Amino acid sequence: MIEAVGLTKSYGKTLAVDNLSFSVPTGRVTGFLGPNGAGKSTTMRMILGLDTPTGGSALIDGKRYRDLHQPLRTVGALLDAKWVHPNRSARAHLQWLARSNKLPAKRVDEVLEIVGLTAVANKRAGGFSLGMSQRLGIAAALLGDPQVLLFDEPVNGLDPEGILWIRKFMHRLAEEGRTVFVSSHLLSEMALTAQELVVIGRGKLISQSSTEDFVAQATENTVRVRGPRLTDLRAALAQAGVSTRDEGENLVVSGMDCADIGELAARTQTVLHELSPQRGSLEEAFMQLTGDSVEYHTEIADGPTPATLVPAGK
Amino acid sequence: MSVLNAERIKLLSTRSPWWCALLAVALPVGLTALIASQAQIDPGDNGGSVQVTQMLASLGRAVVMVMAALSVTSEYRFGTIRSTFQAVPHRTTALLAKTVVTAIPAMLIGAVVGFGSWAVFRAINSFPALALDSAEDWRAVAGQIVVYGITAVLALGVGILIRQTAGAVAVLLVYALLVEGLVGLIPKIGDDIQHWLPFFAADRFLGVQAGPPIDDLPLGPWGYLAYFAAVAAVVLTAGILSAQRRDA
Ligand SMILES: Nc1ncnc2c1ncn2[C@@H]1O[C@H](COP(=O)(O)OP(=O)(O)OP(=O)(O)O)[C@@H](O)[C@H]1O
Ligand SMILES: [Mg+2]
Repeated sequence: MIEAVGLTKSYGKTLAVDNLSFSVPTGRVTGFLGPNGAGKSTTMRMILGLDTPTGGSALIDGKRYRDLHQPLRTVGALLDAKWVHPNRSARAHLQWLARSNKLPAKRVDEVLEIVGLTAVANKRAGGFSLGMSQRLGIAAALLGDPQVLLFDEPVNGLDPEGILWIRKFMHRLAEEGRTVFVSSHLLSEMALTAQELVVIGRGKLISQSSTEDFVAQATENTVRVRGPRLTDLRAALAQAGVSTRDEGENLVVSGMDCADIGELAARTQTVLHELSPQRGSLEEAFMQLTGDSVEYHTEIADGPTPATLVPAGK
Repeated sequence: MSVLNAERIKLLSTRSPWWCALLAVALPVGLTALIASQAQIDPGDNGGSVQVTQMLASLGRAVVMVMAALSVTSEYRFGTIRSTFQAVPHRTTALLAKTVVTAIPAMLIGAVVGFGSWAVFRAINSFPALALDSAEDWRAVAGQIVVYGITAVLALGVGILIRQTAGAVAVLLVYALLVEGLVGLIPKIGDDIQHWLPFFAADRFLGVQAGPPIDDLPLGPWGYLAYFAAVAAVVLTAGILSAQRRDA
């Protein structure tokens, strides 16, 4: 379990993380969500003892990272896939890491196998593609067979195949009962990967909840109704105090579920061609929630659309 | 021990230390051979001795400084310092291991440069004064081992403090090759300051000296060695303390 209590970090005048408290439960995938510049990477660096908090603390199973003995056995992390010497081979990179924590040398070959880099193990890491670098970073994180794993935007810049691989990998890690803390600025990505969500904006906590709750709460649930003659139904819905709006020849109903609308349709003897629940767009919901806390707004965008929220797949 | 091994794997798994080592040896030994082939007079005739074979060892020392500084600045450049501190969060341990792993090859290079320069000179010009037959002679040649080792520690300390390759290398080379020599030109106090500069101290320990003999030195050869080592230790400590406080 990772626990942040009143975590604060300022770089000069920039308050990157502001009195942030959350906990990452054991044995689940927890998404760490926030727009660009929200303080995700900074928080992760503080969890790993790389940056010293200005205030508060981050504990892993009750201990500060700096106090862990042979920490790679407890926590594995991939913060930046480029943190490798370009002229060192993938194998040598893993070898020195393994040796520093007294991990058996054969573990290096095991993790290379797990991430599928065995064939290029002796090639210099500087020549790796982003996807390969990312795999090497994951191999390094897995070296000590740790129960806790941290990944900072692991799908950033990957192609769809790479994204799918990472996503499956996260699930596999969670199925093995590990605690996975993974950051992203894409809610749609996290909705597929994470069971829990810690959402931050401008260094402050916005919410911590299960992904389901977050999505349900964040998105407006509507029902789309289609039929040849909806006048009576529309009137009945209005009478029931439910708001509706027309979308082409469809009627979009918010605030009443399919079952109730179906019964109302039967009572008003309305023929229905379609009655389907609609999920609001996750990204829209996310933007609404974090809209006020996005660091860099664009001037061109109308409304609160932050340009830094890159569409899925970027 | 495991941290030392990790640092050793790091050092030996990239090629640049090998090139640096080759240059650190080839430059002084090669140029010494060139000088030896031009030498006509037995240095013993002017009261000189083995020390003349070590005049160019400071070139190798400069390369070792670059090598030592690079061993840590390249970690900052490529971000591997973060992986290092992630694997070994006790930063003092990690950096001391790096110090050992940097100093040992530097000492080996010092040995090859010291004895290599002497042997090459002597092979070309076997003046009787070049025999290793006194404590001073041995100090001049074998002394390179410790001097190179301490030089590496000093340079590593500067590398940790400055973190950027270009900055650290510039500071080290400009200081060692220019500033120390120029300080002596300051009127009145120049000499007094110069007598307390680290590489001047290293050269007094070795007994290597270009120009007229210097009188009234505050320390003897071994005192100067201790002083040189102390300066290196202070710089390294400053580096480690700042690395502990700073964000990686
Ligand atoms: N070393 C640093 N020095 C100064 N400011 C920093 C430093 N690191 C981060 N910041 C600032 O802190 C804020 C949070 O940055 P951080 O990188 O943690 O955000 P993030 O959520 O990871 O963003 P992204 O999605 O772009 O990766 C930003 O305003 C950033 O400019
Ligand atoms: Mg980030």
